[in-house]
Amino acid sequence: MFGSITNWEGDLFDQFSRLQRDLDEFRGASPGPANIRAVARGSQPAINVGVTAEGADVYVFAAGLDQEQIELSVQQNLLTISGECPAIQPEGANAYLQERFSGKFRRVIALPEDINPDSANAKYRDGVLHVSFARKEEAKPRQIRINQ
Amino acid sequence: MNSEKDVATHATQSESADHASGFVLRPAVDIFENGESIRLFADLPGVSEESLNLEVDDRTLTIQGDIALEMPEGMRSLHADVRSRCYRRAFTLSNELDTARIEASLKDGLLTVTLPKREEVRPRKIEITAG
Repeated sequence: MFGSITNWEGDLFDQFSRLQRDLDEFRGASPGPANIRAVARGSQPAINVGVTAEGADVYVFAAGLDQEQIELSVQQNLLTISGECPAIQPEGANAYLQERFSGKFRRVIALPEDINPDSANAKYRDGVLHVSFARKEEAKPRQIRINQ
Repeated sequence: MNSEKDVATHATQSESADHASGFVLRPAVDIFENGESIRLFADLPGVSEESLNLEVDDRTLTIQGDIALEMPEGMRSLHADVRSRCYRRAFTLSNELDTARIEASLKDGLLTVTLPKREEVRPRKIEITAG
């Protein structure tokens, strides 16, 4: 059930192309034209986007957020998520590791062109913000009947 | 002042070796210490209380959790920053921590673990008497 969205390397060819991409990146070579809205790997918070024939789903992995602080807006097929991850700093304590992301964030995600912006539905659960969209009616796949 | 605690060292090497998928996520953590305890905060977005496994074995604290997301059937990935469904990270604990009294809570994917120090090793203020 979970496989598709996190198991990026679906088959052997995908794995090869990813390896190729990583090597290109490592050598500093340009791997060809990139999406104009592409962001650097490691941008925070982490985001997964998945699509189905019926819609698109965005998962934002941001633990410990105050729901009130998350701002979501959608313009055509661009979803903008902004908010702030509060920093933890207990008083009078020494810090050893501070790896957790904190501070303001803003990410813009390009969704498929045919999603319906009015169909957005968002919920925050277990530290994951899940925003789902339906595709426009005319964009959904449909069966074509062959007339006798 | 004892500046480097064992708990603040890197995760043990066997971290991902035995996991079936061969690839686990290493949750980001914040670790703080005061006179009474060491507190650890770990980001585990997508992990519910049921799928979290927190273990203390001898002197090793292991955090492990599975991501469970609501996903429609037949989903194809368009972009994936998170490429595994399992978090795992382990820490070795130093002797002065009282492993029997460890407390943990999970809220909105943020795990908080409090590792209290044994009474006898807590810092004491030494009164200086005027002689």
